Amino acid sequence: MMEEVKGASSFLSVQVHNIKVTEVLQDGDSLTFIIVSQKMSGTGEFHVDRTYEDFEWLQQHLFSQEDVPGIQGVIFPPLPARLQVNASSKTLRHLGFLGLGEWQPYCKALETFLRQVAAHSILSKNRAVEIFLTSSDPPGRQKVKKNIFNRLSQAVEEMRKEGHKDVDDFFQTKRDHNFLLTGYTKMAAEKFLDVVLTEQKIAVACGHFSTALHLCMEQGENPEKQDFSQVCVKLSEVFNSIKKSMTSTAMNDMNTLGLGLDLETRYQEAEKEMLFRRTCKLVELQNATKNAEKAKPVKKAVMEEAKKATETEFRQICEVAKKEIIQLESKHVETLQQALVQWCEKQLLTAKESAEVYSQHLQTFKRMQ
Amino acid sequence: MDDLSAEPPSSQTEKSAASSSPEEFVDLTNNLESAESKVEAEISSPEPSDDFFDILGSETQKVEVEASVKADSGEVSSGVTDLPGGKTGSEQGTSSAAPIINLNADFSDNNQQPSRVENKTNDPLAQVLSDTPAADPKKPSSAVLDLFEDDGSDIFTGTPQTKPASQPQKGLFGEPDEDLFGEPLGAMSKKTTENEVKSSTTKAAGPASSTGGAQQDRKSTEPADIFTEEAVTTVPRTSNTSTVNSKANGVHSEEDLFTEATVELSLDSPRSGRKKEETSKPSASSSSSSLSAPAKQAKQPPAALEELEDEEEAEKEDQFDVFISVKDPEKVGDGMNAYMAYKVSTETSLPMFRNKLMTVRRRFSDFLGLYEKLSEKHGPNGLIVPPPPEKSILGMTKVKVGKEDSSSADFLERRRGALERYLQRVVNHPMLLQDPDVREFLEKEELPRAVSTQALSGAGFLKMINKATDAVNKMTIKMNESDAWFEEKLQEVESADQHFRKLHALVESLVVHRKELSLNTANFAKSAAMLGSAEDNTALSRALSQLAEVEDKIEQLHQDQAANDTFSFAELIADYIRLLGAVRGSFDHRIKAWQRWQDGQAMLQKKRETEAKLLWANKPDKLQQAKDEIVEWEAKVTQFERDFERVSATVRKEVIRFEKQRTNNFRRQITKYLESLLQSQQQLIKYWEAFLPEAKAIA
Repeated sequence: MMEEVKGASSFLSVQVHNIKVTEVLQDGDSLTFIIVSQKMSGTGEFHVDRTYEDFEWLQQHLFSQEDVPGIQGVIFPPLPARLQVNASSKTLRHLGFLGLGEWQPYCKALETFLRQVAAHSILSKNRAVEIFLTSSDPPGRQKVKKNIFNRLSQAVEEMRKEGHKDVDDFFQTKRDHNFLLTGYTKMAAEKFLDVVLTEQKIAVACGHFSTALHLCMEQGENPEKQDFSQVCVKLSEVFNSIKKSMTSTAMNDMNTLGLGLDLETRYQEAEKEMLFRRTCKLVELQNATKNAEKAKPVKKAVMEEAKKATETEFRQICEVAKKEIIQLESKHVETLQQALVQWCEKQLLTAKESAEVYSQHLQTFKRMQ
Repeated sequence: MDDLSAEPPSSQTEKSAASSSPEEFVDLTNNLESAESKVEAEISSPEPSDDFFDILGSETQKVEVEASVKADSGEVSSGVTDLPGGKTGSEQGTSSAAPIINLNADFSDNNQQPSRVENKTNDPLAQVLSDTPAADPKKPSSAVLDLFEDDGSDIFTGTPQTKPASQPQKGLFGEPDEDLFGEPLGAMSKKTTENEVKSSTTKAAGPASSTGGAQQDRKSTEPADIFTEEAVTTVPRTSNTSTVNSKANGVHSEEDLFTEATVELSLDSPRSGRKKEETSKPSASSSSSSLSAPAKQAKQPPAALEELEDEEEAEKEDQFDVFISVKDPEKVGDGMNAYMAYKVSTETSLPMFRNKLMTVRRRFSDFLGLYEKLSEKHGPNGLIVPPPPEKSILGMTKVKVGKEDSSSADFLERRRGALERYLQRVVNHPMLLQDPDVREFLEKEELPRAVSTQALSGAGFLKMINKATDAVNKMTIKMNESDAWFEEKLQEVESADQHFRKLHALVESLVVHRKELSLNTANFAKSAAMLGSAEDNTALSRALSQLAEVEDKIEQLHQDQAANDTFSFAELIADYIRLLGAVRGSFDHRIKAWQRWQDGQAMLQKKRETEAKLLWANKPDKLQQAKDEIVEWEAKVTQFERDFERVSATVRKEVIRFEKQRTNNFRRQITKYLESLLQSQQQLIKYWEAFLPEAKAIA
C-alpha cells in the first residue's frame, strides 16, 4: 500500500500537498477557480483555471473508468455541491459551512477534494487528473451522461437494496456503522453551523450597537457631556472588541471544526455510496448464482460464465473497498483530531486575546472613575 | 398636577374684585356659616379677605407674598397670614392648608384629615374643596357634598349682584375660603389646646395673633426636632429657626416662617411619622414648598440663595447610605386578581429612619402609587421624579395564568430589578428622600391601597408621556424660548431619547441572539455526545464526549452573558428611556409655569386697559376697584415670574444632576459588565485549556 502511494505520486508532475485553490473569479453567474500547484521538480508552479463544471467532469470521468479493476470499491473523494452565485439562503443552507464567508471555505473544500484525488492510489493514475491540474486547457467540457453513480437513481434503488443482508460480517458492520455515523455527523455539522451562524449574528449585533453608541455622543464643551460622550465612545470600543472576538470565534469554528465536520459528512456519504455500489454488486452476484443454479443445461455454461465474471468483479470490489474503508477510518480520525486540535488552539488564542483586550477596557473604565 | 396649569387661565378670565369682597363675604358667611357665628368677627376685616382671595384666585404661592405684605403692615391679619406658612408644620394648619392644596391637586387624604381634626370647620372646607378643582373626585363624606351644593348655589346667585359682570367661581371660592380660613383660625385658638401643642403660648397672645404664635412655636419645636434628627443637611437652617424662636409675631418671624416651611419640605418634620395626620402631611409639605419658595425670593433673596447653595451641597453629598433591595417576588392570590408582592428591604444609617434595616412587603401598584404621589408633589416644582417600570399586561397575564416558563421568570426578574433601581434612584435624590411618602413606603407595615394606577399601565403610561411631549411641543411654538440652555437641552433630550430607544432595540436583539447561541450550543453539545457514542475509535469517542461537556459549560457561559447583556444594558437603557421621559416632563412643568406667567401678564394688561377706560369714563367708584385689581395682578405677575424662574432653576439643576448621574451610572454599569465579561472569558480559556490535551490525545 505504501508502495502504491509512492508509486502513485510519480504519475503526477505536481506536489500533492501544495495543490491550492487560491482564488475565485466571478464573471456574471459563473465562477472560476484558480488552482495553483507546485511542480514536482520544485521549480515553478502550475496555474490553471477551472470551473465547477470541470470539477464535475473530472469526478464523473473518474467514476466511469471501466478498465480499472474494483473501481466501484473506491470511496471517491466527495466533491462539494455546486456553489451558486446569488444563491438563496436555502441553497446556501444546503451548502452548510461551505456557504459561509467569502467562498474561502468552499475553495478550501475544493482544494481538499483535489488533494484527495491526487493522493489517491488508484485515481491519481488517471491521465485526466494530471491534465486537470497542469494543462491550461480543461480536459473536457462535454457533458458526461449520468451513469450508475447518479445520485437520483441511486436514491430509488437504495430503497430496495439498502437493507439487503450482507454475506460478509465486516461489511455488514461497516454498513451499520456508516449508517449511524452519517446521521450523527450530519446532525453535528448542522448544529455546529447553527452555532456559527448565531455567533455571526451576535457579531453583527455588537457592531450595530457599537455604531449606534457613537451617535449617542453629545457635542459641547460641558464637562458632563464630554464625560458621557467619552463613556459612549469607550463602550463603543468595548462592543467593537466583543464583535471582533465573536467574529474570530465564528471564523475559527468555521475553518477548523466546521470544515472538518463538513468533510466528514461528505466522506461518510461517499463511503455510503461505495458500500451501496458493493451491495448492488452483491445482489447482482447472488442473482447470477441463483440463475446459474436454476439454469437449464443449455444455458448453464453462459450463466456460469456470467456468475464467474460477477464474482470476480465483486471480489475485486470487496478487496478495494476493504482497503478504502480502513484507510478512510484512519483518515477520519485524523481529520477530526486535526480539526479539534486546531479548533481548540485557535479558540484558546482568541479567548486569550479577547480577555487581554477586555481587561484593558476594564482598566480604562476603572481609571475613569 | 395638571389642575395647576388649568387654574391660572380661569382665574385670569374671571374678575376677582378685592374691594367687593367684604360684601360677598357677608353673603358667603351667611350662607356658609349659619352654624358658626363666632368666626365672623375675624372675617369682617377686609385684609384677610384679600389674602384668601388671592389664595384661591391665583395659586397657592400667591398667598405668602400677600401674607407677608400683610405682615408688614403689622395688623391683626398677621395671624391669619401666618396660616399659610404655618400650615406646614401644625396640625391645625394642615386643616386649613388642605383647601389650598386641594386647589392645586386633590389629595383624598387631605379631606379626611380635616374632618378628624375639626368637625365644624371641616364642612365648609370640604365644600370649597369639592368644587374648586374640577378633578377632585374623592370626597370622604357625602354630607359635605350636599352642603356644598346648597351653599354653592347660593353663592352663585348672590354674587352677580354685588359684582360687576362675570363673577368667577374662583372668586367665590376665594371668599368661602376666607371664611374657612377664618374659622380654623378662630377655632384654632381652641384647637391648639386640643392638639397638645403649646397651649400656653396660644393663650398669651391675642386670638388672631395667637394662632400665629402658636404656629411659630410649633415651628420652632419641629425644626428643632428635625435638626437634631437630621443633622447633616440642615445645620445652616437651624440658625434660622432659632431666630424664629426668639421672635414674636413680627414681620421677620413671618419671613422666617416661610423659610422654615421649606426646611420642612426638604427635611420633613419627624412628627408626620408619629402622628396619624401623616396622610395629610405630604400634601401640606408640598404646598408649603411652593408657598415658601416664592416668599423667600420675594423678600429675602440672599436667604433663598443660601438655601439653594445648601441644597447643592446636600446634593453633592448624595446620600448613598440608603440601600434598597427588592426581593422575593411572590404571587398573591389566584386567577386574574392575582398580583405580585415584593419584599422591599432598606438598609440605612440615616437617623431619619426609625431602624437601620427595614423590610416591608409591597405590591406592584404600591410602587406606581408612590410615583404618582411624588410626581404630583414634586413634578410641578421641576424635579425629575424617577419613574417606575410600566405595567405590563402581557407579562403579568402570563404570571397570573401561572405559566412557569422562562419568559415569565425573565419578566419577573427584569421587573424586580427595575423596581429596585427605581427605588434606589428615589432615595438617592436628596429632595425625594425627605418626602414622607417615600419614608412611609419604606417603613410602614401596611400601606393604603394605591388606587387609579390604571393611568400608568403600559400603553397608558407611554401615552401619558407622549401627551406631555405633544403638549410641550405645542407650547414651545408659542413660547419664544428666552433661555438658549433650555432650548438646547430639550433638543438634546429628544435626540438622546431617540438614540436610547435605538440602542435598546439593538441590545434586545443582541440578547435574543445570545439566547439563541446558548440554545444552539446546547444542541451541538447533544449531537457531539451522540457522535461520540457512535464513534468506534475510543480516543476520538472520549474526546467527543469531552467536547460535549465543554460545550455544555460554554452554553452556561452564553446564557450568563445573555443575562448580563440584559441587566447591564437593556434594562439600564430602558431605565434611561423612562428617565428621559421624566426629564421632558420637568421641561413641561417649566413651560407651564411660563405659560402661567404670560397669562398673568396678559391679564394685568387687560386690567390696566380697564383702568384707563374707567378713567376716561370718569367712574371713580369702579376705578378704585380696578386699581386694586391692578395691584393684585401686578403682585401675581411678579409671583408667576418668580415661580417660573424658580422652576427653571430647579429644572436646570435637576438636569445637570441627571446628566452627571447618568454618566456615573453608565460607567459603573459598564465596569461591572466588563468585569463579568472578563471573568467569563477567563472561564472559557480554562475550558479550552482543559480540552486541548484531550483533543491531542486522539490518535
